[in-house]
Amino acid sequence: MLKVKTPRNHRVRRELEKRAPKLVENGKKTLILHGTKTSGVLNEVLKEIYHLKKGKAVKFSRKNENIKPFENGGETSLEFFSMKTDCSIFVYGSHSKKRPDNLVIGRTYDHHIYDLVEVGVENFKPMESFKYDKKLAPLIGSKPMIAFVGEGFENVEELKHFKEVLLDLLRGEVVENLNLVGLDRVYVCTAISSNRVFLSHCGLRLKKSGTKVPRMELVEVGPSMDLVVRRHRLPNDSLKKAAMKTARDQPKKKVKNVGDDAVEGKIGKIYIPDQKVGEMAVIDKSKGVKRERREAKLKKGDHGHVSKKQKEDST
Amino acid sequence: MENEAQFTVDLGNLMCFNPHHHFPSKPSSREELVKECLEKGTELVQIIANNLFNLPSTESVDGPLIKLPPPTTRLPREKPLPKPKAPTKWEEFAKARGIKNRKRDKLVLDEQSGTWKRRYGYDRANDEENIPIIEAKMTDEPGFDPFAKRLSDKKNRVEKQEKNRMQNLKQAAKVGNLPSHVQLAATALPITGTQAAPKKASKHDLGKVAGIAVTATASGGKFDKKLQGEKPAQQPKKFRKFLPVAEGTGIGSQERSQTERILNSLISKNSHEILNVDKAISMYNVKKEKRKNQKGKSSSTSSKLKPKTKPQKKFSKKGSSKKEKAK
Repeated sequence: MLKVKTPRNHRVRRELEKRAPKLVENGKKTLILHGTKTSGVLNEVLKEIYHLKKGKAVKFSRKNENIKPFENGGETSLEFFSMKTDCSIFVYGSHSKKRPDNLVIGRTYDHHIYDLVEVGVENFKPMESFKYDKKLAPLIGSKPMIAFVGEGFENVEELKHFKEVLLDLLRGEVVENLNLVGLDRVYVCTAISSNRVFLSHCGLRLKKSGTKVPRMELVEVGPSMDLVVRRHRLPNDSLKKAAMKTARDQPKKKVKNVGDDAVEGKIGKIYIPDQKVGEMAVIDKSKGVKRERREAKLKKGDHGHVSKKQKEDST
Repeated sequence: MENEAQFTVDLGNLMCFNPHHHFPSKPSSREELVKECLEKGTELVQIIANNLFNLPSTESVDGPLIKLPPPTTRLPREKPLPKPKAPTKWEEFAKARGIKNRKRDKLVLDEQSGTWKRRYGYDRANDEENIPIIEAKMTDEPGFDPFAKRLSDKKNRVEKQEKNRMQNLKQAAKVGNLPSHVQLAATALPITGTQAAPKKASKHDLGKVAGIAVTATASGGKFDKKLQGEKPAQQPKKFRKFLPVAEGTGIGSQERSQTERILNSLISKNSHEILNVDKAISMYNVKKEKRKNQKGKSSSTSSKLKPKTKPQKKFSKKGSSKKEKAK
């Protein structure tokens, strides 16, 4: 016997529809968590990543002992969390003697692990250690510009994969319209060597230049760290094919009430509702009345004055 | 710059990639490295900005708005593509027959009151349930209730609709096409023949059974690893009475009676062979005398012919207690 379960209020219904698979997807949310042992540096790193992605990130504060992303059985918890929080990127931090200050950045497809990159954090400088003019501080949620420098990103396979993951992690939502005033942050990722990437978050200073394009100046604002790529796991081919599938360009949205005429061009109909003459509000005539009265008085007054004068004259 | 053409710019993601910069393998000091990275970054950002500011912009309240092109780098989706909704049975039928959905008016003329009422809902037009009088037809039997029939008809229609809806949803679930806000859940096991569905075990029953199962271990389940939330097995309550520690010298009377009781019960249980000789003799004698008296009254027959009445062997406290009970 099957029973149909539908949500009993619209709020829940809207939430479920938000999480349903769509043609054009919502921005990916990030899940930040850590394992049994973390170092001070790692805690700072996770905290800062959360602040950089505030609004579109979920940070768990408890230790999770049974998560081992690179092992077969250790992914179930991650997948469960991903399903519950509707996050498709996760950043998992852990610290051990063999892998100090370890970050595993991974993506999920349909709430199953898609790919993983393991990096070690070195030379971490937190946001507080940078001194800069407070006006340049980037606002939360602004869309960042991302700059990748270095031939390593092209030649080394691990770095290529890492570049893709970083792009996915750092870009915000995909938007259609952008306000040029809101450009205030840049992520600079440089491949210093074949396994090391220098990541830095900078604020933008727009300077006047002769043309309409302002001159850009980068001011180091946020965290900067060296990321050493340790391990990575690429997605298997069938999964990759399934995930990269995009629908054909959406059919243009049908615009209602627009028609084309060869002679006149674009035409549309304007519908005006019937006027209910009996129910229309009566205009406030009080001022008008006053004016009318005033004018009438004036007219009368002229005559009156004349007559008075006449009277005086007469007398 | 001559290298500009070689940069990859993805405006939709506000990204720029310079694949040609070669960092010296022997890294200079850290600050120099950072400076160089930032310089390179500034170059790229300038390129992005050039492209952005050259896009056609519209003026808005907050500032110039530009329309970003869609991103060119392909990144994997987070969820699979939505499957197109499978048509329901009615939709298939309508398509096959060419039945089109026609738009209806919100208000309908109600014949009974002559006003315009809504098509469905509270106070609707042409409401079947509001008819106060239904005329009987010639074909109706006496005692036929048309109002009840209307109610049952409606109930049947509603049930049929529910069944059809469930069928449609099941079909969609089979394909994997269930709408996002609907879930199908199994409520109870299907009824098999004339047997009623087995009742779900209650918490109390489960606890009892778990307790019984646990005592099968050698240590009676005392050291078994318990699940989270499992309470230790409840022992059946036993009321033991403990005698006072000191009751005078030697064995006290309470202790004596306790031990006597225990011994008696032990003996009586295992006392098939034990014979209380004195009692047996006295009982035999009593019986003999009785028979002698009877003999004297009745005709004399040689005692030899008479069946020898054997003395009852099983003389035990138990036996005596039985006799007492019989009395």
